[in-house]
Amino acid sequence: MMQFMLLFSRQGKLRLQKWYVAHPDKLKKKITRELITTVLARKPKMCSFLEWKDVKVVYKRYASLYFCCAMEQEDNELLTLELIHRYVELLDKYLGSVCELDIIFNFEKAYFILDELVLGGELQETSKKNVLKAIAAQDLLQEEETPQGFFEDHGLG
Amino acid sequence: MAYPMYEVDWSVLPPEQNRRFNPAFNIATIKQVVNEAIERVAPVSVRMPTPTRLRDLIRQIRAARTAAEERSVVNKECAYIRSTFREEDSVWRCRNIAKLLYIHMLGYPAHFGQLECLKLIASPRFTDKRVGYLGAMLLLDERQDVHLLITNCLKNDLNSNTQFVVGLALCTLGAIASPEMARDLASEVERLIKSPNAYIKKKAALCAFRIIRRVPDLMEMFLPATRSLLTEKNHGVLITGVTLITEMCENSPDTLNHFKKIVPNLVRILKNLILAGYSPEHDVSGVSDPFLQVKILRLLRILGKNDAEASEAMNDILAQVATNTETSKNVGNTILYETVLSIMDIKSESSLRVLAVNILGRFLLNNDKNIRYVALNTLLRTVHVDTSAVQRHRTTILECLKDPDISIRRRAMELSFALVNGQNIRGMMKELLAFLERSDAEFKAHCSSAVVLAAERYAPSDKWHLDTLFKVLLKAGNYLRDDTVSSTIQIISSAATERQAYGAMRLWTSLEQSAVSGLATEKQPLIQVAAWTIGEYGDLLVSEASSAISMVDEDGVDDFVRPTEEYVIDIYQKLLWSTQLSISTKEFLLLSLAKLSTRFTTQASQEKIRVIIDTFGSHIHIELQQRGVELSQLFRQYGHLRPALLERMPAMEPVAAPHRDEQELDLSDTSPDHTKPDQDALLDLINGSDSLTNGDVEHQPEQIATTNNNTSSNDILDLLSGLDLTPSVPAAAPAVLLANNNVEPSAAPAALLLDGLFAPPATPQPPHPADGAEWERAVLERGGVRVCVSARRAAGAAATLTARATSQLHTLTDFLFQAAVPKKIQLDMMSPSGTTLSPQGEITQVLKVTNPTKTPLRLRIRVSYNIDGTPVLEQTEINNFPADLFN
Repeated sequence: MMQFMLLFSRQGKLRLQKWYVAHPDKLKKKITRELITTVLARKPKMCSFLEWKDVKVVYKRYASLYFCCAMEQEDNELLTLELIHRYVELLDKYLGSVCELDIIFNFEKAYFILDELVLGGELQETSKKNVLKAIAAQDLLQEEETPQGFFEDHGLG
Repeated sequence: MAYPMYEVDWSVLPPEQNRRFNPAFNIATIKQVVNEAIERVAPVSVRMPTPTRLRDLIRQIRAARTAAEERSVVNKECAYIRSTFREEDSVWRCRNIAKLLYIHMLGYPAHFGQLECLKLIASPRFTDKRVGYLGAMLLLDERQDVHLLITNCLKNDLNSNTQFVVGLALCTLGAIASPEMARDLASEVERLIKSPNAYIKKKAALCAFRIIRRVPDLMEMFLPATRSLLTEKNHGVLITGVTLITEMCENSPDTLNHFKKIVPNLVRILKNLILAGYSPEHDVSGVSDPFLQVKILRLLRILGKNDAEASEAMNDILAQVATNTETSKNVGNTILYETVLSIMDIKSESSLRVLAVNILGRFLLNNDKNIRYVALNTLLRTVHVDTSAVQRHRTTILECLKDPDISIRRRAMELSFALVNGQNIRGMMKELLAFLERSDAEFKAHCSSAVVLAAERYAPSDKWHLDTLFKVLLKAGNYLRDDTVSSTIQIISSAATERQAYGAMRLWTSLEQSAVSGLATEKQPLIQVAAWTIGEYGDLLVSEASSAISMVDEDGVDDFVRPTEEYVIDIYQKLLWSTQLSISTKEFLLLSLAKLSTRFTTQASQEKIRVIIDTFGSHIHIELQQRGVELSQLFRQYGHLRPALLERMPAMEPVAAPHRDEQELDLSDTSPDHTKPDQDALLDLINGSDSLTNGDVEHQPEQIATTNNNTSSNDILDLLSGLDLTPSVPAAAPAVLLANNNVEPSAAPAALLLDGLFAPPATPQPPHPADGAEWERAVLERGGVRVCVSARRAAGAAATLTARATSQLHTLTDFLFQAAVPKKIQLDMMSPSGTTLSPQGEITQVLKVTNPTKTPLRLRIRVSYNIDGTPVLEQTEINNFPADLFN
């Protein structure tokens, strides 16, 4: 089971955080800070796995963004890499050749996609098509109920 | 659209109230004004102005050039968001929460949005719910009151007609379910697992998985609905179903048996996946749904473990997966990795195992670091099943010890230790010692302990064992665990004389090198062991008779130079006067030096030793000063005692536990008699005391002080081994010794010592009353609990009081003895012998009373304890002590 997932930039800025275990805010911040420092200190040639405290961290860099998952010892590390890749593919499909800026400006969308892919720390859907279909249907629901203002100043904007 | 700027300076109003007014005339302002005009006439009454859009806020924050600037933007927005929260029924609530979530991700506090998230969740609009649940997952902690509110919202939404609303609720429940929530909503989830809608079914299955994780008791109710999940076609339902079943099987053995019958189903699903043609929906670089395959393989492993029948049923499919999976891509290796784990865990055919180990061998040679890591990891997990198969890859594994990647090194190290055996110990240890030397600080402690353990287990010879231990001492430096010092000393002490001489010579070389190169501070455990060994066997070190011992090392070099006695002392002096060494290391050195005075023979070395020891008489550290003073006495009045006192230690018993000394002493503390057969030197010494001279008696305070030491070193015990105690020493004396042993070094015993040593020789009164006159009274007696206090004169204007508590009927716990004396009198309490008093037992508490003004002693005591959980407190005062107690 995935304990948490972090997305952060090469500069160490957090771009997305998803926690599947209950921790106090303070501890989450501490873990995030320490893990980001540790992962950024690793050289590009090194393997994608890191035994860190009692979790197994699986991370992969896509352009300027690090995708980082904390898994339990029993989990298949290579499969976690596939899961990260699947998430990147989905973001790419949804946002159109995704880059770090897209994720910054559409962070809530990034969360929505993740929530259709993973639930409670476990994978819930193995078909890309189904994930995107669910997201599109929900976006449509949102659009239908949002009155179109003069300058499209409704919704989240 | 640019954010409508407004100038702070132009306004007298605080920013959030002044958004409407903007003197800058640009297109943005016009839009703003128009929008607001629309809102004013719109049916929804909006008192607040249009808030900043989410993307605009992000843009603004990103435009900040300094942290302070960013903070000010965020603070301004937060203040604004807070103010909107006071508004009821705001249409902008979801936008404000979305902004708050962004601000939260930047690390700013956002807890004040928690309740707003709940309001959003309760809203009928889907946009509100979507953002509200997102906020709930990000902002809610396990706070009870909020959780109760959200449980109600979730319950409503789990019954919604819109599948996506149900989906949102399930997703949130899966992420933040507390045990209470899990209990409250389990039945709803169970109902949803049976829903015909695959979208809801899969989410409900994972929710059930989380609920069982949090509250395993709730598993039963999900069992009936779970099995049918495997008959679905939808991969989402299949994978979540497998995940749920896996969790259930790991949860209880009964459930595991219950699910044994699904093995054929799982095998069929897996077979279909492999044999089915290309399906674009689930394909990952030519492999059909690797996610599902891996989950099934893992569940098969759990079901097939220790079950021949189930294993038999899955043998074929495992072989098929192992041979047919394409290995050029990560995804193929992912499946092979899981397959190998399953093959090794179940009762598989031997040919299949060979296949699995071969796959791992290929993995080990793979260029991809990730695959190599996984191979090491798997080998470690399978090494207990088939050691010989793993041994074949030993060379490759040892090679991985040199990898620059710490993850790989860690795995390789653990695996290497798992592979050490009697046959390969020499070669393996050479590599592992080299690894220990260059390894990272975080590995050193673990690695050195593992080397010590392996050496103990598989040492081909005594000499090799000693050599290995010495190398560990040299290479692990201060990272070595403390117990290695005492266990090494124990091994040397019980070795043959020739080995002891060899040890002294080897350790001398290391000690000298460390001292000369100034690296001694980094290698304190080495210095400690070397000091002990040279102190014990210093005569063998300098004696020409030891020349017969070969000092040729593994590389065929004999670089041992026999030192002169004076040179050894010089090195000791250098180390003892260094400011960097720890107190405990210096204690080792100082005692060792004192011992050397009876091992070395030349006048010059004797003189040097005396000078060095004398300097410690004024050392700033109380413990060392005390030793300095004691030991220098052995060069003066009590010189005749020195050879006997500093005799070589008898061979030590093997160490059972790391802190053997303390444990055994604790044990003996609580038992009334001290005649246990397995006591160590100190206790033997106390018990086996027969003969005495008057001179010995005078030294008793010194012995007490000397044992007052928390290091687990054995040499201090040795110091006493030449001495016998007087049988007329009061019964309290062992208690004093024992109690002192557990006390932190403090000024009190030192004062006592000085009292004893510096008592004017002309004083007619001996330190202990030879007549043994002891005053004793029962001071408290109630309900079978009795406390006696005995008093005894001590050196100077001091007395030793001993309180003994006994209980006839009950076991008392948390026994605490407190005492108070008038201000002019000084009271030092030693540690009590225990806090639990059993009916046959006794607790002793020693008190030292110093009374320079010789005022009559009054003692108030308070005793507190628990009988069967009832606390009892008793208090009394004693003022009838004998008048001559302090004379």
